[in-house]
Amino acid sequence: MKSIVGAVRERKLLVSDGGWGTFLVAAGLGAGECPELWNVEHPDVVRNIAASYAEAGADIVMTNSFGGTRITLEPYGLASRAAELNEAAARLSREAVGERALVLASVGPTGKILMMGDVSEDQLFEAFAEQAIALERGGADACSVETMTALDEAGIAARAVKENTGLELVCSFTFSMKTDTGYRTMMGVSVAEMAQAMLAEGADVLGVNCSLGPAEMVEVVRELRAAAPEVPILVHPNAGMPQRKDDGSVWYPETPEGMASQVSDLVKAGASIVGGCCGTGPKHIQAIAAVVQRLREGQ
Amino acid sequence: MDEILERIAMCIERGKVNAASPYPPDLKGQDGADELTKAALDMEIDPNDVLAKGLVVGMNTIGKKFSENKVFVPDLLMAAKAMQASMAHLRPFFESGKAKHRGTFIIGTVQGDLHDIGKNLVSMVMEGGGWQVIDLGVDVSAEKFLDALRAHPNSAIGLSALLTTTMVNMEKIVTAVRAEFPETKIIVGGAPLTDEFARKIGADAYAPDPQGALDYLVAAVA
Repeated sequence: MKSIVGAVRERKLLVSDGGWGTFLVAAGLGAGECPELWNVEHPDVVRNIAASYAEAGADIVMTNSFGGTRITLEPYGLASRAAELNEAAARLSREAVGERALVLASVGPTGKILMMGDVSEDQLFEAFAEQAIALERGGADACSVETMTALDEAGIAARAVKENTGLELVCSFTFSMKTDTGYRTMMGVSVAEMAQAMLAEGADVLGVNCSLGPAEMVEVVRELRAAAPEVPILVHPNAGMPQRKDDGSVWYPETPEGMASQVSDLVKAGASIVGGCCGTGPKHIQAIAAVVQRLREGQ
Repeated sequence: MDEILERIAMCIERGKVNAASPYPPDLKGQDGADELTKAALDMEIDPNDVLAKGLVVGMNTIGKKFSENKVFVPDLLMAAKAMQASMAHLRPFFESGKAKHRGTFIIGTVQGDLHDIGKNLVSMVMEGGGWQVIDLGVDVSAEKFLDALRAHPNSAIGLSALLTTTMVNMEKIVTAVRAEFPETKIIVGGAPLTDEFARKIGADAYAPDPQGALDYLVAAVA
């Protein structure tokens, strides 16, 4: 098993991958379909996404398991298949990238709010543990507890990974609200609070992903670097806000060149690993990789 | 009378549900929205005043702070919990017709989308704003919205979506609603949405936050 922290130490800067959801939609995933089910029903499509990102220059490729806990699979009637779908997710990314890239398994939020009594802490822990164990079995190198907004849920997910697997742990939050005292998640968590809590849970890498475009992410990364001077920082901006095309479909306005032009500022702010979230594809990653290559050579 | 209504509003804003609730710590042991609302109605204060000067004021204050990024989802949820404790006492008066809603609001997360946090927040703020809320849940088809509109023809509609895959389904629902109920006010919301998107799909408004939805509809039906 390879280490993201080790790779950052060795190569200073890494490129990770782009969006998976928007890629699956482009490949035909319909609204209301369960994305994780494609790991068994359309494995070639999923493998192709991972391969496209590795081909584009990603050092880290994620997995199609964002909504893979039994809690998020339940409305599709797939809760009992959580282990199978997650193991397949990790295996497909591993098969697609071989040893060319690290496989960073995606673990997203459940959409349940602990303080409202939607779900118990034990239920959350069991669900994240089941997912993490399956992702490790499928061949992941590391696990990213991502797009988190609540400290309690993220902390439980982090513990489930740490206590049940040997996977390296990335904790990545979504900061969507700008306040007078810096960015916060919708649950009110500040960047510094997130860093402190997730480092205490044993996070090896901290991250910020989704919601914001690359220019706004520069500010968030700067806050995160100030709060966590030592650890590698991963940043996955969205390709801006989705816009409507005349045919009713949706596109993201940030071009590969536009994203690439922000990479140097993201790195200056403290990012160690740069990729993309919703709306970014292999072309964005290719453009980011070209800049990262230049920055590496400049060092 | 005004004093107890002001206290109800304060309890709702602060998320003080009842005397037994330990939250917020500085109000520990004091009566909450539950006890105060019951007391106000026992004093025979008009339930419409309890609604307008108590619940609506409290939810408006917290809703406004939420749209200004001064408080966050947990604060709004606690306020809504307190508001619902008050509302339980008002419900019989709505049923008997002694208390009146400001309007009816039908809301749902659009077809294909199972996310409900945003939709629930809007429901709570609308209910606390004095509206009757008909929550159709998640994964709601155009047909289900139309059925609800046929049962409650003078309602406004709220469509929620979190995913870029499902925000495109909003347009189908807007088109279907417009064909049968051209006058119905339709507002849309959700993380990937913008004002421009709302305009292009033919919705009346985009609400960036729950209070925005309430304010728009209050102005639109006034």
